Amino acid sequence: LALSLLLVATIVSIIHASRGLFVECDVMSCHGGVSSLRNANNSICIASFPNLISAQDEDGCFRCPSNDGYVDPERDTSAGSSRKESTTISPPPDDNASSTSKHDLASLRSLLSSKYPFHANEVLDNVLLQSSPHDFADTGSDNTLLRAQRQMIRLRQMDNILQNAQRQGRISFYMTCRGEEAIHIGSASALKQQDVILAQYREHGLLMWRGFTLEQFTNQCFSNDLDLGRGRQMPVHYGSRALNYHTISSPLGTQIPQATGVGYKLKLDAAKMEDPSEAGIAICYFGDGCASTTDFHAGLNFAATLKAPVVFFCRNNGYAISTSVEDQYAGDGIVCRAPGYGMAGLRVDGNDAFAVSAAVRKAREYCLTNNAPILIEAITYRQGHHSTSDDSSRYRCPKEVHDHSTSTDPVKRLNKFLHRHGWVSSDDTAKIRDEERMAVLNAMEAAERRPPPKLDTLFADVYEEMPLHLRRQEQQLQQHLAKYPGRY
Amino acid sequence: GFANKTKMNLFTAINSAMQTALETDPSTVIFGEDVGFGGVFRCSTGLRDQFGSDRVFNTPLSETGIAGFAIGYAAQGGTSVAEIQFADYIFPALDQLVNEMSKFRYRSGNQWNCGGVTVRTPVGAVGHGGHYHSQSPEAYLAHTPGLVVVMPRGPRAAKGLLLSSIRSKDPVIFMEPKALYRASVEDVPDDDYMIPLGKAEILRSGSDVTVVGWGGQLRILQKACDMAQSEHGISCELIDLRTILPWDVDCVVDSTEKTGKLVVSHEAPITCGFGAEVVATVQERSFLSLEAPIQRVCGYDTPFPLVFEKYYIPDELKNLEAIKKVVDYAQ
Repeated sequence: LALSLLLVATIVSIIHASRGLFVECDVMSCHGGVSSLRNANNSICIASFPNLISAQDEDGCFRCPSNDGYVDPERDTSAGSSRKESTTISPPPDDNASSTSKHDLASLRSLLSSKYPFHANEVLDNVLLQSSPHDFADTGSDNTLLRAQRQMIRLRQMDNILQNAQRQGRISFYMTCRGEEAIHIGSASALKQQDVILAQYREHGLLMWRGFTLEQFTNQCFSNDLDLGRGRQMPVHYGSRALNYHTISSPLGTQIPQATGVGYKLKLDAAKMEDPSEAGIAICYFGDGCASTTDFHAGLNFAATLKAPVVFFCRNNGYAISTSVEDQYAGDGIVCRAPGYGMAGLRVDGNDAFAVSAAVRKAREYCLTNNAPILIEAITYRQGHHSTSDDSSRYRCPKEVHDHSTSTDPVKRLNKFLHRHGWVSSDDTAKIRDEERMAVLNAMEAAERRPPPKLDTLFADVYEEMPLHLRRQEQQLQQHLAKYPGRY
Repeated sequence: GFANKTKMNLFTAINSAMQTALETDPSTVIFGEDVGFGGVFRCSTGLRDQFGSDRVFNTPLSETGIAGFAIGYAAQGGTSVAEIQFADYIFPALDQLVNEMSKFRYRSGNQWNCGGVTVRTPVGAVGHGGHYHSQSPEAYLAHTPGLVVVMPRGPRAAKGLLLSSIRSKDPVIFMEPKALYRASVEDVPDDDYMIPLGKAEILRSGSDVTVVGWGGQLRILQKACDMAQSEHGISCELIDLRTILPWDVDCVVDSTEKTGKLVVSHEAPITCGFGAEVVATVQERSFLSLEAPIQRVCGYDTPFPLVFEKYYIPDELKNLEAIKKVVDYAQ
């Protein structure tokens, strides 16, 4: 209990929304996240870890998609081959005069830690400010921070274009994550390859950071023959075993106790490992509405009692379809439930990629050190509709959306941060936007042209081996189709 | 034949199977409510002492948590044996079973699977169970593509079927007739052995009537077949389905085509019980071989009653009547 109190009621930093900088303040407690969510111009409160965990300096190690291990030679749709023709964008032009200092992470860390000495430790450890040990496949560079910006832009372009594609009738359904890009990129950057992600449905930026390509995203949305899911589920129900990302399912909250089971297995495996740096955690994402489900309660209670190393990450974006948080809970958000389970918890500004990265990195270390779960509540805002089947103007006013998209938007915020430190100009950002837009369009058009999967996949994979009754049903269908050629 | 056998009752046989699973597969874990001290039906006696509390442990009281945890553990490559204390309480877990467990492999394009899951749960009448300690919910689960549903009729079948279930690459719901935990005693091999899933067993050959059941019902059906033979000279062929989903259609069809008459019996309520599936399939496949309408002898469409249990149960007298009815009809 003392530990969880220490983590929750601690020295906090206030991120001033419109300036995108770290500003120090010594407010001792968080005010309720609910009201601050709806008033975009109020300061957003975050709680951060003190130097509680003397973590080893992470050398910026995180997964690089070009090192994917799993390739199924029989399915050339696999991550491996698709990634080779991946969305490789040519890196920014090499301007010798200023590139060394312009995009040099070491000098940026130096600058930040001297300018914000309170944050010096975090600046030195933050994964977004570290070079990657390997070049990223999509950017061809080891610069994490630039990749973060580019991927946030790519994510937003993908969302815009695929949402429009649904409106044009080209795909049946889509869900955007507009406004939550910092949660995706921030948390993904802090995870390692062996960490297993169990998401809800609005976390595709994590998959993107891990290395899922635009081709793979669009193949799933268009249900074509290269969809790893074999055209079985609606768009945005992505999954990748190679990238340790569980396949999305529509029912809410079911992933939460599953994450506990995953974490428990990881714990048993870690105990037998010679190299402890290979130990992994389970991280489970869900929204504010989902935190009301029975599975939320079961999953957290099990993780705390069975001591499973799981990060439970709640994206509190203010809405569950049309239901605002005021109708969802009466308590102080979601994180206040953690002590009820005997679990540590922390709340973070979900629109600040650095803060989210820090929170997840520290949470991960906490889980592995203590073989215990932790609950993170990230405060953010769902700028888009719930899905393409929703029109949110029916239940919220445009001004609220507009205010958030101008003042707390994570993509704008990171752009401003980079701009302020001379890393990008508005022309640079516009150029990235155009490049990513083209990459999305190209991928989408290629995906759209592809055929659906073969019909015999309809009856496969229900069981490991197809049982007799399904073989007979398959024959029935084939006989029917033979009688009615051209009618299907 | 196996060299060494021991007289075991049902819970001892299940204990033996779980011990074998824990010994042969180090990733096996056994969990559920009260599993640690041995379980309310003693199925997990001694296992925690032998294998440690990391591998044999209590969970908090939540069936949906138990089922979800089992799925996650298996998806990460482990073998999970989850106990739901009474099948009457499996319903909170139905979302995890139907929406997650059964679809886990298919929806992922075979990237992920939770074949390592086995859910064990006691089912059936026990004399005094009433509404909530007597149900047999196999019909709800048999309606779920992607699950395997198994029900043993006694200790010897239970050990072999449970080992097959635990080792199956598909998620299995293993239903244990609770009335047999202490009452049914058989010679059970000490060895590690498996009985194939998806295959029925013909317990006695006969020429006049095919009689089909599963689980605890076989004891009643054996009595009915004995009475039919001794009192009326009727030769019954008795089939234990063993696996409810996927069920051994050809075995029942072949037998019915031989005898021309079929009686199906189960404790669960008659409407939409699994017997309906057997009847519908057999009449579709073997209509012209039938000499009488197929009979179902099942529980009534009421909640399982307490004081009137003996009237409710599809007992050997009701089954004898059904056997006589089809024989009389055919003559």
